[in-house]
Amino acid sequence: MINFFQNVDWILVLKSFVIGGLICLIGQILIDKTKLTPARILVAYVTFGAILGGLGIYQYLVDFAGAGATVPLTGFGNALAKGAINAVYEKGILGAFTGGITATAGGIAAAVFFGYIAALISKPKIKKQ
Amino acid sequence: MKKVGNQTIVFDIPPTVLETACIGGPKEANGPLAKYFDQVLDDEFWGEASWEKAESKIIKETVNRVVAKSKISQGKIEYCFSGDLLNQCISSGFGLRDLNVPYLGIFGACSTFVEGMGLSALFCNTPIANYALCATSSHFCSAEKQFRFPLELGNQRPQTSQWTVTGAGSALVSKSGQGPFITSFTPGKIVDMGIKDVNNMGAAMAPAALNTLIAHFHDTGRSPSYYDGIFTGDLGYVGKDILSELSLKYGYNISSNYNDCGVMIFDKSEQDTHSGGSGCACCATVFSGFLFNQLKQKKFKKILLVATGALTNATSAQQGESIPSIAHAISIEI
Amino acid sequence: MHFGYGGLICTIGQLIWEACKQAGLNQEICTTIVSICLIFISAFLTALNVFNRIGKFAGAGSLVPITGFSNSIVSPAMEYKSEGYVMGVGAKMFTIAGPVLVYGISSSIIVGIIYAMFGI
Repeated sequence: MINFFQNVDWILVLKSFVIGGLICLIGQILIDKTKLTPARILVAYVTFGAILGGLGIYQYLVDFAGAGATVPLTGFGNALAKGAINAVYEKGILGAFTGGITATAGGIAAAVFFGYIAALISKPKIKKQ
Repeated sequence: MKKVGNQTIVFDIPPTVLETACIGGPKEANGPLAKYFDQVLDDEFWGEASWEKAESKIIKETVNRVVAKSKISQGKIEYCFSGDLLNQCISSGFGLRDLNVPYLGIFGACSTFVEGMGLSALFCNTPIANYALCATSSHFCSAEKQFRFPLELGNQRPQTSQWTVTGAGSALVSKSGQGPFITSFTPGKIVDMGIKDVNNMGAAMAPAALNTLIAHFHDTGRSPSYYDGIFTGDLGYVGKDILSELSLKYGYNISSNYNDCGVMIFDKSEQDTHSGGSGCACCATVFSGFLFNQLKQKKFKKILLVATGALTNATSAQQGESIPSIAHAISIEI
Repeated sequence: MHFGYGGLICTIGQLIWEACKQAGLNQEICTTIVSICLIFISAFLTALNVFNRIGKFAGAGSLVPITGFSNSIVSPAMEYKSEGYVMGVGAKMFTIAGPVLVYGISSSIIVGIIYAMFGI
């Protein structure tokens, strides 16, 4: 455990905090100023991430801030676009269709599976406040 | 019974509100009007498998209670008016299917309770009925599910949004009695000022309340000071301020005797309900509990109850439509 | 506030990433593991009826990270359980997150096609 913390790149952790926080802050400003619903915010983020990924810009942010760039939904969009691009190099046009989901399959499958399990074991409750 | 002015019905032999009953949810149980409920619930499911079932049970038990309290045998109740917010008014339909009383389903969104009381009074003012009953219900969870987001979604509620009251209210109206009397009924017109924000119903409904208020005062020749209290259904803090301002602009000063059921039912600072309560049960429980109690104790002698409703649904909101609104008023005096 | 919550979630992600890195995994796999872990944490908190309370304070801070995506799948799945496991849980699971997949996947395909056509 001590070994783990000695080897952590703390500068990168700090960068992930700042960049991740900034990306979320932009989202909050959008919610407050534009009355966009949560679904629209998420759609805007994923699409914007895919465009930046397609242009090859987002990778610089990932290299700079690590999880600070991959954890927000823009990172999900980037992963989709990057997956499609890489697959195109390997398989041609077919890769455009298979690459995106292949690259993000882990996340999508996990969300579906855990969602189903949660629905099996738990019931929604009223907000207590 | 006669019509005065353009739209107000005045009852020459005013029917009596014989008895009322109301049941509230767990949040209402912590509100300032908690002690006026006949029963409050510990949890929002009330032992049922879904919120829709729970809401049906709430309205069913409320109606059973008003019948029991009135000591009138159920067979003597001739007509029943009921409605709620769920699609096709299923809470009322399912909740009252065993009532065995001729049932007239009505929908006026959150204005349904006053619509039902007005219609009950109308029926009782004719030879066709001696007793008529009205009831409405709403449930925070079933309303959120139908109109907004899943409960467990981590979204933020805007400050203008309102909290749907969980509960039901019911009133039994009789042809004769000792009062409180329903003396007039002003059905409202649909008013749409083009507001599209479903998180700001108060602002959408305030102009409808104004329209009905002005019509009532104009038709009856009364002024706001005629009443001890003027109560709107569920405009909340936002809508209440707008209505106060608008009515002053049109020459009716209601500032001294006006309040809103949505403002009264929750403690804004303690309960985090933002702009206040809403839903069919908001006006219904505040009247059936607190206001009826005050009328009986003669603390209020003349009140005007103006229930407001937003005639919208999730589909129209998604299609970008504005929110047509309505308000119905009844005056109750002892 | 939103900045702090959002940053904190990313920091947790980064620490998981660091652990994967020390285990000798490459960047792609690290990213996937981070996503799955955060999705699990968010789903777990949603099932415990806690996530909505975090979301109330954190706002976009918990919505924009992958935790928000997970919550938007788990919350309708739980909500519509009363309509059954097929047309309730199964169908309604994507009422909020479905558009994210539709737009995300579609834009990635367009990006891929552009790359394939122009051979960049």
